[in-house]
Amino acid sequence: MLFRRKKKEIQAEKKDLPDGLWLKCKNCGEILYKTQLEKNLWVCPKCGYHMRITSRDYMSILLDDGKFEEEIAPGLRSGDPLEFPNYKEKLETYRKKTGLDDAALAGVGYLDGKKIVLFLTDFNFMGGSMGSAVGEKFYRAAQKAIELRVPLVALTASGGGARMHEGIISLMQMVKTSLACAELDEARIPYINVLTDPTMAGVMASFASLGDVIIAEPGALLGFTGPRVIKQTIGEELPPGFQRSEFLLEHGMVDGVVHRKELKATLSKILDVLRVPENGEG
Amino acid sequence: MRFLDFERPIYEIEKKIEELKKLTREHPEFAEEIKTLEEQSNRIKVRIYSQLTEWQKVQLARHPDRPHAVDFINGMIDDFVELHGDRHYGDDPAIVGGIGKLEGLRLVVIGQEKGRSTNEKIRRNFGMPHPEGYRKARRLMELAEKFSLPVFTIVDTPGAYPGVGAEERGQSMAIAENLKVMLQLKTPLLTLIIGEGGSGGALGIAVADRVLAMQYSIYSVISPEGCASIIWRDGKLAPKAAEALRLTPEHLQRLGIVDEIIEEPLGGAHRDPETAIKSAKERVLYHLKELVVKDPEEVLRERRERYRRIGYIEEVALSS
Ligand SMILES: [Zn+2]
Repeated sequence: MLFRRKKKEIQAEKKDLPDGLWLKCKNCGEILYKTQLEKNLWVCPKCGYHMRITSRDYMSILLDDGKFEEEIAPGLRSGDPLEFPNYKEKLETYRKKTGLDDAALAGVGYLDGKKIVLFLTDFNFMGGSMGSAVGEKFYRAAQKAIELRVPLVALTASGGGARMHEGIISLMQMVKTSLACAELDEARIPYINVLTDPTMAGVMASFASLGDVIIAEPGALLGFTGPRVIKQTIGEELPPGFQRSEFLLEHGMVDGVVHRKELKATLSKILDVLRVPENGEG
Repeated sequence: MRFLDFERPIYEIEKKIEELKKLTREHPEFAEEIKTLEEQSNRIKVRIYSQLTEWQKVQLARHPDRPHAVDFINGMIDDFVELHGDRHYGDDPAIVGGIGKLEGLRLVVIGQEKGRSTNEKIRRNFGMPHPEGYRKARRLMELAEKFSLPVFTIVDTPGAYPGVGAEERGQSMAIAENLKVMLQLKTPLLTLIIGEGGSGGALGIAVADRVLAMQYSIYSVISPEGCASIIWRDGKLAPKAAEALRLTPEHLQRLGIVDEIIEEPLGGAHRDPETAIKSAKERVLYHLKELVVKDPEEVLRERRERYRRIGYIEEVALSS
């Protein structure tokens, strides 16, 4: 159900260099200057390893001016339906740590001059897991896209899948977000998924798999069950590259694997062709 | 009969009753003692089953002798014709599907089957479906819509199968597509949770107009063991996770996920499967009869509204 990575491992990627001028690529070991990396959108210039970045980083990469024209449902937070041990405290901690209300951001903005709704999940907030707030925000983002008749782009970084602290209520967000996808479909609103490292479980098995076009960043871990659990279950080593973007491409599950530097241009080309049909057209 | 630790006193007294019953032909005087023992057995059952912990309920939901999907189908459905295969890759024995009649009401049935004997369990993959299982389910749902038949799904799975082939063939995609299809299907859907409702693997056939749950079933986003090992780094804390996850029918009903709880015979469905299945049949029929006379568009609208509403959110004034 859930994908877990050791905390230290996650933070080693970007957060551990508050004052440092350089860091080591986790994949190839190359020593890289922070300024050089930033210019390269946090992709290792030597080996092409895509480091994890925040939802705000993606926002600045994808949107003209780097920000929303209008944020959708700011201040939307999950409650604590089960009164799950320490959940409220945990939410508070992550809110302080990330400056986010919950694991998703959404807003209206422009991509290469094209008006879109952009929805993003953030791995730094409880692994980007989906509880009530993420589900509701996605639903409202989809509604906004339908109302404005503009495309929806959903970029996910959700290793946690459905957030277990909200139990069955989180599971039902899979249904709520799939409902939003059905409504987008019926309204003929283009819906594009961008899958980034990692997108797993309840998120992958709902709205992140229902786009008209699904593209993935290179090397992202994408799947239903986390590799650790699969390995435990079958008691065998997993094939090389298992559940990575390229593996999904090979098995026909995604439309393309796109380098972070090409992401905006690729989305722009797709949105240029897949336009919202004019009223009465078709 | 297999029994759980906390069932031992019941098991022991029932064994004694059985032995005495064998002797009553020659020793009619035992009849009195049997009666006393039976009363005692009932009292013990009432005591044990009124004090079950959440973790004991989880164990009951997984009890190896609980009636399975196939038993419910056999006990409820007349003229059942099983339909196999997803028309893309294969047939998944973890999901049984077909058409038949429930007291004359024509319907499509889809159920997750764990298997009982060792061979059956292996063949059925312990009730853990592959993508082809979900795609078979989807095909049958679309068949139901085409012929205006209601869909009756039976949930009993530890979860969707965590394996290499399942990932290669798009486990996530198969489940996601089913969720969407169930939210667009213009025919009634009813789900009965009979044992384990294991996360997305259960949900893949469980978006419905009515969700009924057997008294000792569970439905959860993650297994208590998995939850405990992630949150507290210790799988042995599963009993604590079972409490925290609110995965039993009473909680699920309070949370608006389950509409009705079907009471099981004293001591659980495995002690008297026939009665348990009969109770389920009555309630399933009752709800389906209510649904089939409604306008299918209206049924769909209400189903969507139901799932649209689920969630516990707070909206704070602009915090950023
Ligand atoms: Zn590198």
